[in-house]
Amino acid sequence: MSGKKAFLEGRIKVPYKWYAGETGSRFLSALRDGCELWGTRCPGCGRVYVPAAKNCWECFRPADEWVQVSDTGTVESFTIARRPDEMFGLAPPVVYGLIRLGGAGGSLLHIIGGVNPDDVRVGMQVKAVYAEKRSGRILDIKYFAPLGE
Amino acid sequence: MKMEEVAVVGAGQTVFGFDRKETFEELVFEAATAALSDAGGSIGDIDNIVTVSNDFWDGRTISSMSVMSAAGSWNKDISTVEGDGMFGAVYGMMRTLSGSFDATLVVAHVKGSEGRMNLITNGMFDPIYQRPLGIDATISAALQARCYMERTGAGEEDFARVSVKNHGNGLRNPHAHLGMEITIDDVMRSRKISDPLKLYDCSPVSDGAAAIVLSNRRGLKRFRQKPAWIRGAAYCSDSYTLGYRDLADPRALRAAAQKAYRMAGIANPLKELDAAEVYDAYSYMELMWYEGLGLAAEGKGAELLRSGATETGGELPVNPSGGTLSAHPVLVAGLVRLIEAVLQVRGDAGRRQVPGAKRALAHGINGPCGQCHAVMIVEA
Repeated sequence: MSGKKAFLEGRIKVPYKWYAGETGSRFLSALRDGCELWGTRCPGCGRVYVPAAKNCWECFRPADEWVQVSDTGTVESFTIARRPDEMFGLAPPVVYGLIRLGGAGGSLLHIIGGVNPDDVRVGMQVKAVYAEKRSGRILDIKYFAPLGE
Repeated sequence: MKMEEVAVVGAGQTVFGFDRKETFEELVFEAATAALSDAGGSIGDIDNIVTVSNDFWDGRTISSMSVMSAAGSWNKDISTVEGDGMFGAVYGMMRTLSGSFDATLVVAHVKGSEGRMNLITNGMFDPIYQRPLGIDATISAALQARCYMERTGAGEEDFARVSVKNHGNGLRNPHAHLGMEITIDDVMRSRKISDPLKLYDCSPVSDGAAAIVLSNRRGLKRFRQKPAWIRGAAYCSDSYTLGYRDLADPRALRAAAQKAYRMAGIANPLKELDAAEVYDAYSYMELMWYEGLGLAAEGKGAELLRSGATETGGELPVNPSGGTLSAHPVLVAGLVRLIEAVLQVRGDAGRRQVPGAKRALAHGINGPCGQCHAVMIVEA
């Protein structure tokens, strides 16, 4: 007895409502309302977390001093994703970058746009370009674009 | 601290491939029975079971429940690790050392072919700040690869050399999914996936399962296999959020490796180990892990590879099995690293045997870009 392999095609779709937390809500509100990027400084090690984090995971204590950081930064790493999953509705290729914003103690993961992907370099200065309609999401920053000469 | 005695006394793995004809429950049964048969025991000799699974890969919540019977859990204590199989081995080791159980079966499975890797691994990131950007395991690995290149000056050809070595080794492993005779040029010309990573820098998505039997001294009389003693075991983790940790600095691995070496009494791992199996989900990772494991000085991973030391026949062959690049059953792959290390020190590694191997290292990772690392040292 032999037969073709039987498959059941399906998909799990479960709506969620993920809470950004008090700290995250404040970060996202400042982004939405004023196109401002805020971080939190750990009084222990002085590190500034962007996006703002409630606690410094390294010192294991609250990082509760709010500081505004620049929306201009340096590309620390990047990749040109040739085919990100189609579910995200992005037009490939998509350039992702780790961007060290002025005043931040780490880098921010985001998309790099407004540039030919082959021209992106480590060390390049980029600046946030904001979405016209903002709703308190990380994609209120449309992407980071190279700073004009 | 010297370790209490615990040994791997049985190991089993399926053939890894894409689109295996068994269901994941059937793969678990196959690996579990293979490990028991290798141990020279039966399910009645097992006191407790650890399964390794992930709900997203299985497309089922608390999917551990669905493999319990296949793992032989009837009337036994069973518990689950959600993460790489090496962490399942760590947990199984702890249970065996606890004194409550003398023999433990650890089983890991995945059917990578049933889901979609990009979406599943996108799901491991924070849903507020990172997931909406569309990143996945490969995209984040590519960011790490470039950080490593910036820090060390390693180039894409160095990464390609890892791929050539490990795919070549995979040809001698009957369990491998993708053994291949390829050249650096082949890797360099393969399709760009996420620069600087190309198709042959990335491991395949594989189906399969693996299992081990662990025993303390008291439990040994139940089994006939030659024990492979665990002489050192340690694990360490780094920050979860990409951007909060220096991706080019494998400090969590360094911490884990040094602890494991201290337990095993190893001062110079490159000289004192006979074989190493490391988690090379992407080619560049092997070079980073050389440094984290203290096999190469900081920034000298590529140099170590170019010296030939980690090739078959070199001073310390790394991934003689072909590594994760030759078969990547996610979750299972770390346990396979341990199994391969065990086979090496037993002298049972067939055509991939490192002649005379007595002491071997196995390494597993968990989380984005090697957030967590586990290291074990086994000895015949």
